[in-house]
Amino acid sequence: MLWAPLAGFVLLAVLVAVGLLRPADRTVLSRMVGRPVPALVLAPAVAGKPGLSTADLKGEVRLVNLFASWCAPCIAEAPQLLALKQAGVRIDGIALRDARADVTRFLADHGDPFDHIGDDPRSTAQLALGSSGVPESFVVDAAGVIRHQHVGPIMPQDMDAILAAIEDAR
Amino acid sequence: MRRAAILAALMLATPAGARVPPPPLANLPLPNAAQEADAKALMETIRCLVCAGQSIADSDAAMAADMRAMVRARIAAGERPEAVRAWLVDRYGREVSYDPPLSAGTAVLWAAPVLMILAGVLIARASFRKRR
Repeated sequence: MLWAPLAGFVLLAVLVAVGLLRPADRTVLSRMVGRPVPALVLAPAVAGKPGLSTADLKGEVRLVNLFASWCAPCIAEAPQLLALKQAGVRIDGIALRDARADVTRFLADHGDPFDHIGDDPRSTAQLALGSSGVPESFVVDAAGVIRHQHVGPIMPQDMDAILAAIEDAR
Repeated sequence: MRRAAILAALMLATPAGARVPPPPLANLPLPNAAQEADAKALMETIRCLVCAGQSIADSDAAMAADMRAMVRARIAAGERPEAVRAWLVDRYGREVSYDPPLSAGTAVLWAAPVLMILAGVLIARASFRKRR
């Protein structure tokens, strides 16, 4: 009984240490995985490339990538998107809260792997998809069902997982 | 000089989260006071998804501004606040709401304060008794 306070303190200290050394993952994931893409009608974000609507997201497996010119991790992700495109993956983009001139410049600077780019100036598509940040990518299967969500930039070490998710969706 | 330039570049590079101005409804109250009160109360209990620990009412993030505009637009269109909350929970899970409903999973959360007060009362009673 004499040692009870010390035991209590040690327990609390261990609890706090664990919380400090391994912070909880606070990523809010989308609940839309496993469900059809919600109704979207997005105007073209850049000249010379079609916008994006739900009807476009059918018939073939593809990656839907939320990006923005103001988003630094999106620059880090760009080479991997180009590599996926090279590997035969169809990629459609959603430009988030962005200006046309900035998107155009971003694509000229960092490459353009997109077939369609929808403009999402009011985060409408982002909220409908249950996405909480940028960049973010969704694997959509041929039936238009969301099969996988990747939060954050697709880095070289994520490529296997992304390709596996795309293969799964086929 | 170089340091100042780097610092300036870093400050300019701070992600504002948008290259477009926020929609008017993000920051302007609804003309109908009752609807605005409903919207405000809801906004205070919806989590900003890009800023840990803040509600969308408190946050300056562009995404939170768009969420406020969405809340106001839906309430102005006659939607009930709880329906708007349910729409968000449907997409983001219960984490998006700061108002957890009482369920098996959240029972501990709701019971904890009562249990702690009870424990406090018991400890206080025991120690007062000893003193006498």
